[in-house]
Amino acid sequence: MTATDPAAPTAPDTDAAAWRTAGTDGRPSRTPRGLLSLVLVAATVLAVLLVPPLFPLDQQAVDLAAKLRPPSAEHLFGTDEMGRDLLLRCVYGLRVSLLVGVVAALVATVVGIAVGAAAGALGGTVDRLVMRAVDVFAAVPHLLMGIFIVAMFRPGVWPVVASVGLTHWVSTARIVRAEVLSLRTRPYLDAAISGGASRGRVIVRHLLPGVLPQAGLAAVLMVPHAIWHESALSFLGLGIPAHQASLGTMVEAARGTLLAGAWWPTLWPGLFIIVPTLAIAGLAGAWRERIDPRRRSELML
Amino acid sequence: MTSPTITKAAGAAKTPPPRPASARGRGLPWAAMARLTGRRALAAVPVLVAVTLGAFALAAASPFDPVRQYAGSAGLRASQDTLDQLRENLALDGPFTEQWWRWLTAALGGDLGWSVSLRQPVAQVIGERMGWSVLLCALAFVLAVTFGTLLGVAAARRQGGWLDRCVTGAAYVLQAAPPFWLGLLAVWFFALHLGVLPAGGLTDLGEETVTAGSLARHLVLPVGVLALSQLPWFALYTRQGVADALREDPVRGARARGLRERTVLFGHALRSGLLPVLTLVGTRVPELITGALLVETVFSWPGIASATVKAATGSDFPLLAAVTVLATLAVLAGNLLADLLYALADPRVDLEEM
Repeated sequence: MTATDPAAPTAPDTDAAAWRTAGTDGRPSRTPRGLLSLVLVAATVLAVLLVPPLFPLDQQAVDLAAKLRPPSAEHLFGTDEMGRDLLLRCVYGLRVSLLVGVVAALVATVVGIAVGAAAGALGGTVDRLVMRAVDVFAAVPHLLMGIFIVAMFRPGVWPVVASVGLTHWVSTARIVRAEVLSLRTRPYLDAAISGGASRGRVIVRHLLPGVLPQAGLAAVLMVPHAIWHESALSFLGLGIPAHQASLGTMVEAARGTLLAGAWWPTLWPGLFIIVPTLAIAGLAGAWRERIDPRRRSELML
Repeated sequence: MTSPTITKAAGAAKTPPPRPASARGRGLPWAAMARLTGRRALAAVPVLVAVTLGAFALAAASPFDPVRQYAGSAGLRASQDTLDQLRENLALDGPFTEQWWRWLTAALGGDLGWSVSLRQPVAQVIGERMGWSVLLCALAFVLAVTFGTLLGVAAARRQGGWLDRCVTGAAYVLQAAPPFWLGLLAVWFFALHLGVLPAGGLTDLGEETVTAGSLARHLVLPVGVLALSQLPWFALYTRQGVADALREDPVRGARARGLRERTVLFGHALRSGLLPVLTLVGTRVPELITGALLVETVFSWPGIASATVKAATGSDFPLLAAVTVLATLAVLAGNLLADLLYALADPRVDLEEM
């Protein structure tokens, strides 16, 4: 039994006929939700890629005359305590958060695939040892382990990436191991082995391609986790340094002005965390239904 | 799936569902539960050894020098001899395995070291703050389970209806929202905008002692936010479980017999749909600790989690190590609780095989 996040609800019954036997009614199309998610993810990526070259922002520039302006036509999101435009700063913060999230999720996925594939393919003592290590990593709350790692090193981008990578590989490793174990019994593997394929070739050529869809799904779902983790660490003052503001750092910096009654510097960065998270989750849900319609989600933020 | 006969199902509606003789006749299987607990306690030892050893290895690789930290600004002017002497006095010399062994033997005797950031012995820090954290987490957890279950049942009752859509949508949004952000917005709205609740801490300004009334007022916001951050998980899982159970034969049988909707929902669907939720309650401990770390910081709650954050910004290794061990113990206890509940709730599970 693992600490998995909630299963994605199955497709809602359109006719609300609760007494019907399961499985016979067709799944309603989830296309609108998938499409909306796709649009949102695309908008996020485009904004993050295009806004900085089009609207260059001097992170140090302050305009104290325009500080703490509420949202208006001129500044859609208002301005912060230094008079900087919050919309632009949120996009820049999202850029840092997304970058850290993607890199950290990649690190975690690569580690998870390597460990899970090794455990599943080699079996025996290696498998037992790896699963004990997984138990140890699962026994320490992720954020606490992240805090520990960052506290022992200097706060910065790389300790945050390392802390996310070191704590989040466990779920991927479990998924990959289970997938490899089920693939091991397939006849085509027996054929490859009796055909004289080496162990390395079997792993790279026959096992990994079968595992990649599931692992890719886990990696995509890891990105919001990583962003969340990075924001939490940054909020606690243990993450990204203030001069390359991430969304978490912005919420932390807005604490002082919040007590003065200015809600907007706190509100927007949080929404910038929530919306991409939901979009990625929706997209991953559509993907999951494609690769395996019956499988319930294991990873859902 | 077997369909129960009419008579059997009708009996089950009035009396509790039939249980095997072992569970019904002798009460709880205490001996088997004790044996499982003992086995888990033994299995926890290598995990704790690995966690503490890993913590010491990390500290050994850290660029921070605990001796200089202890000495503070005086360490900048001290000679190397003095620093070496201090290092020996603090028992910080030798390889990290040796330090780890000394720490472990001292910890088993109750001495957890000295916390630099709070200027107190670590054992005293934990003793003073543990209660507040447990109070916060326990209240929030009970609230989250209660309201999560109720909302889940309400949503599952009419799947695809407006209530279901609202609950599911809100649950997904809440789950994606960082707890610290929710906490700050709650402070803004309830403490600043409406001015009805205190923004943080344990007592009002100028008050020295903690009275029950002021404690209750100071508890509302942190407990509410922590519960809100844990609630979506329970709501979504209960909704899923009850929705699945509503499609099963016993429920159809109950409806066919014309039982009241409430009886069907709570007596039949919830009872079997709650089983997977119940068994996963214990595994929520890591998320609860994560939430507490953030919520305690936002509300300046004098618990162990906010002390952890202070310790981390000060690179206070002894306190961090002790807190990590405590959190690991809590997670392992949660896993044990989950397995015990699973075995008790589902008579088909054998405690001896877990």
